[in-house]
Amino acid sequence: MAAHLDALHASLRRAVGDSACLTRPEELFVYEADGLTLNAAKPLAVVLPRETAEVAAVVRACREAGVCFVPRGAGTGLSGGAVAAEGGVVIECSRMDRILALEPGDRYAVVQPGVVNAELSRAAAPHGLFYAPDPSSQAACTIGGNVGENSGGPHTLKYGTTTDHVLGLELVLPDGEVVRLGGPAGFASGYDLVGAVVGSEGTLGVVTEVTVRLTPLPDAVETLLGVFPEVVSACRAVGGIIRSGLVPAALEIVDRRTIEAVEASVYAAGLPTDAGAVLLVELDGVAEAVAGQAERVRELCREAGASRVDVARDAEERQRFWRARKGAFGAMGRLAPDLYVHDAVVPRTKLPEILEAVCAICDRHGLRLSNVFHAGDGNLHPNISFDRRDPDELARVVKAGEEILRTCVEAGGVISGEHGIGTEKRDYMGMLFDDADLDAMLRLRAAFDPDRVCNPGKIFPATRFCMEANPRARGYDRVPFE
Amino acid sequence: MTPDGPLADVYAGTLDCVHCGLCLSSCPTYRETGRETSSPRGRIYLMRGVAEGRIPLGAVEEEAWLCLGCRACETACPSGVRFGSLLEKTRASVPRRGWAGHLEAFALRRVVPHRRRLRLLVGALAAVQRLGLDALGARLLPRLRESQRLLPPIPPRAQRAPLPPRIPAEGARRGCVALLEGCVMPELFGPVNAATARVLTRNGFDVVVPEGQGCCGALQAHAGDASLAAGLAERNLRAFAAARVDAVVVNSAGCGAALREYGDWLGAPGAELAGRVRDVCEFLDEVGLAAPPGRLEARVCYDDPCHLLHGQGVGEAPRRLLAAIPGLELVPHDDAAACCGAAGTYNLTQPEMSRAVLARKLASLAAAAPDVIASGNPGCLMQLRAGALGAGLRARVAHPVELLDEAGVAGRERP
Repeated sequence: MAAHLDALHASLRRAVGDSACLTRPEELFVYEADGLTLNAAKPLAVVLPRETAEVAAVVRACREAGVCFVPRGAGTGLSGGAVAAEGGVVIECSRMDRILALEPGDRYAVVQPGVVNAELSRAAAPHGLFYAPDPSSQAACTIGGNVGENSGGPHTLKYGTTTDHVLGLELVLPDGEVVRLGGPAGFASGYDLVGAVVGSEGTLGVVTEVTVRLTPLPDAVETLLGVFPEVVSACRAVGGIIRSGLVPAALEIVDRRTIEAVEASVYAAGLPTDAGAVLLVELDGVAEAVAGQAERVRELCREAGASRVDVARDAEERQRFWRARKGAFGAMGRLAPDLYVHDAVVPRTKLPEILEAVCAICDRHGLRLSNVFHAGDGNLHPNISFDRRDPDELARVVKAGEEILRTCVEAGGVISGEHGIGTEKRDYMGMLFDDADLDAMLRLRAAFDPDRVCNPGKIFPATRFCMEANPRARGYDRVPFE
Repeated sequence: MTPDGPLADVYAGTLDCVHCGLCLSSCPTYRETGRETSSPRGRIYLMRGVAEGRIPLGAVEEEAWLCLGCRACETACPSGVRFGSLLEKTRASVPRRGWAGHLEAFALRRVVPHRRRLRLLVGALAAVQRLGLDALGARLLPRLRESQRLLPPIPPRAQRAPLPPRIPAEGARRGCVALLEGCVMPELFGPVNAATARVLTRNGFDVVVPEGQGCCGALQAHAGDASLAAGLAERNLRAFAAARVDAVVVNSAGCGAALREYGDWLGAPGAELAGRVRDVCEFLDEVGLAAPPGRLEARVCYDDPCHLLHGQGVGEAPRRLLAAIPGLELVPHDDAAACCGAAGTYNLTQPEMSRAVLARKLASLAAAAPDVIASGNPGCLMQLRAGALGAGLRARVAHPVELLDEAGVAGRERP
């Protein structure tokens, strides 16, 4: 085994160079987790390519050695997508961080997968454009990772998720071949394979270049902050706003526990700590229209029980609100060492009752729950603070998580809005899909990756693995330190 | 679980990290390498792994010293991880090895805290510079090249004299402040200390320079020598405790950040002193200038010292002061909030990474094309000066307070 490992390391070094190949035990140790610290698994090696050709060479080296591989962006994902679940080689794309083209006239950009989401918007801003999907981790997460997980964000409500903004891809297939899918013009000719790859969690190949749509910055933006006595009345306001026919850019609910954590952090934005919940409503468009919509939103919030509705005085205060909203997940570290960030979607009209059910589940298991979520999309993020060192608490967290998902599915929802399935939820796929449904997905996967070498152990329940298993593509299961 | 092995003292602090990753893009060594290992989150994971006995202590050694200690991750961290403190404690467990480690320990222990020895050393270096021996030495011994490049021209002896113990306010008296002279500041940046005193007195403040003060202990703390740092802090505590002043004003960001941690080092009495500490720009911004400044025609890029922005949360004050100078055009530059790579003694101990980090900064500065690069910390001033020179930028490098001093007061002649 050791000889095999040495040979693998040697061929990876040939593919990317010595300084771009990490094999020391402590280096592999930190790559055992991404944003999800449960389900940790150490890789056999980590490579940091700069070019497509290097990625292809790494993939070929893995094939020769008979090991699997896992693409990774910044490792901010919350479903374990970038973890080498079955060993193998992590292809870390952080050095592929160049914006290759930015075409304001045709409103698109071509980027390497390691470009940080917020950097792209920053580069586009002088041209009056931005990249619309804005996950809360956008200051760190990469476009490649966003493509893998079909990431969303607060502004998904009006602008859609990553899949609505990817026009083309370059993909290294699991056999090392490089293909191009789609292109800057958009509109698929033939099969929409771009659509298939976005959200495939790195199981169909390694994305090495992304052509994205850029969106014009709105003429006017207004951000309102409705202050509510509890979460449920804020949910009612969301229902009212949606029914009214308005299409806000974002509709976000932040509950009291989250407000307290954020207001204690560097991202404090002056959110009212005495509120049961706040509803952030962002409206954008033509100035005259936005002003009228803001008035209507104020009324609807008051009707639903808001004690007051504030408005961001200027762009700076608006950014503070958003930084607070986006720092919320990390701020929960103030409550406990670990945070389980759940992600499920339910029909918006059912938000109030689902939230009550989620609270009841966590109460029953004696868990600390906080809620900060994309209410306008019905995309819940029940966050459970816990300590993974306490096995009993961890078991209750997992149990409660399963119950929450089941409740959401029974209400007509799905088990992931934007975080992906990864290792975290693969065993819950059966809640949504029967064997025939899953087999259809597995047949697509097999068309790209017949030998199951590309990020295995993700998406599909362990019980379905037998049909996709391949003896040639097993990772070595032991690494140094153990 | 309460670990009692290596890094047991950092364990509780590592638990504040929920692994969200928001720190990654703020970290200069992560931006440079793209390695999770060389990111704040990765380093915390290593520390926790050691404390939990999952990996050996040696696993954290390299990263403990590759980290710049710039604390930009603290500004990005929603969970309030006190990374700087974790790093210092970790370094104490994995002391730097080899000749560089011994040399650094000797300098930090035996030279820097002793004003007279430092004076002698700087005097000798000045002579070496005057005779051109530094250039010769660097040619013969490549190892000296970095130090030779970084050392600014040492001011003449007259400008290295200590400040008088009490300098009275000019015009209407508004209060009294104590000034920390620092260890390196009076020797290499005497003119900055003089300018600081002039600007404070001109703004109506008596300036006292308490006797018995000395090195603040920052460099020793960053190098993991907490007990030496605490000893130096106690000396300053004694020196400043007697001074009945409105504020203890500091013009070196690294020292200011350290003084603000005296509460952690020395308990309640330290916290009392820490509470009175103000960076000079922060102080002037707080009290307001007594009179509008005079004219100074210059395009200026302000560059945040890490231990001012991230260590003390002061970013707007220096910009506001500079922007108030008529004729001065404050030009933003992209990389202002990132470390310049000086990081105490880092540019000598990790020259390769230091240069890489500096290169990004210089590219950003070159694009902004300033006449002056302003930054309020001796290490940054040296690094930026050497960097600008090497990159062929025509900008000079100055402390913001020097620009305020040069501008003088509207309607009055310059000093």
